[in-house]
Amino acid sequence: MSIQDQVIAIIAEQAVLEPEDVTLDSTLEDLGIDSLGLVESIFAIEEAFDISVPFNANAPQESDFDISSVASIITGIERLKAEQA
Amino acid sequence: MVHRVVITGAGTINALGHSVADTLAAMREGVCGIGPLDFRDTDRLSIQIGGQVRGFEAEGRYNRQQISLYDRFTQFTLAAAREAIEQSGLTFSGDLAARSGVVLGTAGGGVSTWDDNYRAVYEEGKNRVHPFVVPKLMNNAAASHVSMEWNLKGPSFTVSTACASSNHAMAQAFSMVRSGMAPVMVTGGSESMLCFGGVKAWEGLRVMSRDACRPFSANRNGMVQGEGAGVFVFEDYDHARARGADILCEVAGFAMSSDASDIVMPSKNGAARAMAGALQDAGINGEEVGYINAHGTGTAANDKTECAAVADVFGPHADRLMISSTKSMHGHLIGGTGAVELLACIMALRDGVIAPTIGYEEPDPECALDVVPNEAREAKVSVALSNAFAFGGMNAVLALRRV
Repeated sequence: MSIQDQVIAIIAEQAVLEPEDVTLDSTLEDLGIDSLGLVESIFAIEEAFDISVPFNANAPQESDFDISSVASIITGIERLKAEQA
Repeated sequence: MVHRVVITGAGTINALGHSVADTLAAMREGVCGIGPLDFRDTDRLSIQIGGQVRGFEAEGRYNRQQISLYDRFTQFTLAAAREAIEQSGLTFSGDLAARSGVVLGTAGGGVSTWDDNYRAVYEEGKNRVHPFVVPKLMNNAAASHVSMEWNLKGPSFTVSTACASSNHAMAQAFSMVRSGMAPVMVTGGSESMLCFGGVKAWEGLRVMSRDACRPFSANRNGMVQGEGAGVFVFEDYDHARARGADILCEVAGFAMSSDASDIVMPSKNGAARAMAGALQDAGINGEEVGYINAHGTGTAANDKTECAAVADVFGPHADRLMISSTKSMHGHLIGGTGAVELLACIMALRDGVIAPTIGYEEPDPECALDVVPNEAREAKVSVALSNAFAFGGMNAVLALRRV
């Protein structure tokens, strides 16, 4: 499964949606994921990809990880995986 | 103005049953809910028995998101609270919601959440844990989830005084209703320490029995842990009467005392002051007390100290009243124990049935009271006391009256 498909699967499970209902331009807010759901999604992403996501729930905008859309999350993970390689 | 306080709902889950009806039926039959412990790594425990709750599957009761937030002690609490609040017939909105709250006791809070996650980081070498570990293990998690589930917006908190936690919590709830601060309080307590780390910690004190809990019996050899929850609806008597609620009994008074002497050894004087104080607070004459639900842990230290304290407080009447320890059946629920044991007081007052002390085999001259050995008894009782004497020397006794 590609990174994109895995991320969409994790977010869909968190939002209790089918993966096809999660589009790249969706925001987490659009999908009904609240702040606890967000940290749980990030935990699931870290577990799935064996990475550490630099996300600070106190200051999401200042974190070095863009969560503004599904696409930006995927881009961030691809970057982290590339840095890890 | 002083308000009378009554109980209009009761709920429980413990080793004897998943409801009040099942639990009281088991107490009446003298059923022993203590058996072999069933969880991982029990082979490394020297104590392998407990009053474990069986057949409780979180998956069928709560959704995935709830389970990620509910430690087992919270799961037990919510199940017991649902039974109690449904029995009361109350729904909370408007002014009633704004003024009613929830005060619960627990000694350890989310012990299995601590245990599972310490295992993950120490034993399994993991470097991250689930984000909800803190909100899941915190001692006030259960009270918070009850407040959210039933819209209780008044005074709400958690009390932690080891084995007296539930009694201290119910004493707080009682005070709030009596003073008029709150018309209704949801109260009681829960505990779930039956996991590897929880039992291992208790083993260290060497006060645990390997075979049975036999309070007051000369051959007793220690306590046995249990788990579960007891939750009650405490309500202003006038409020309950005005809506035609079924009243289970009255909470007539309480007292708290501190031994101020030793971190584990109980004190006769501290226990006696708590019992005498509860009688005084309730305006009850000692001779009116027909039944005492004992703290009765089955340790050498507690049982003889407790019996001596009862003799001191009641004088010759100590030989006429009945005193039993239901821990012999459901085990010691630690911070939840007073709540489950209050059910035995309600059964005595309402149904005229005194729960027995099971496992009683040999009289002990230092515990020479009527401990209702092995078989339940029918008796008309108008006043009952419920004792809890905690590690740390913190005592809380509730006085209940038939209505």
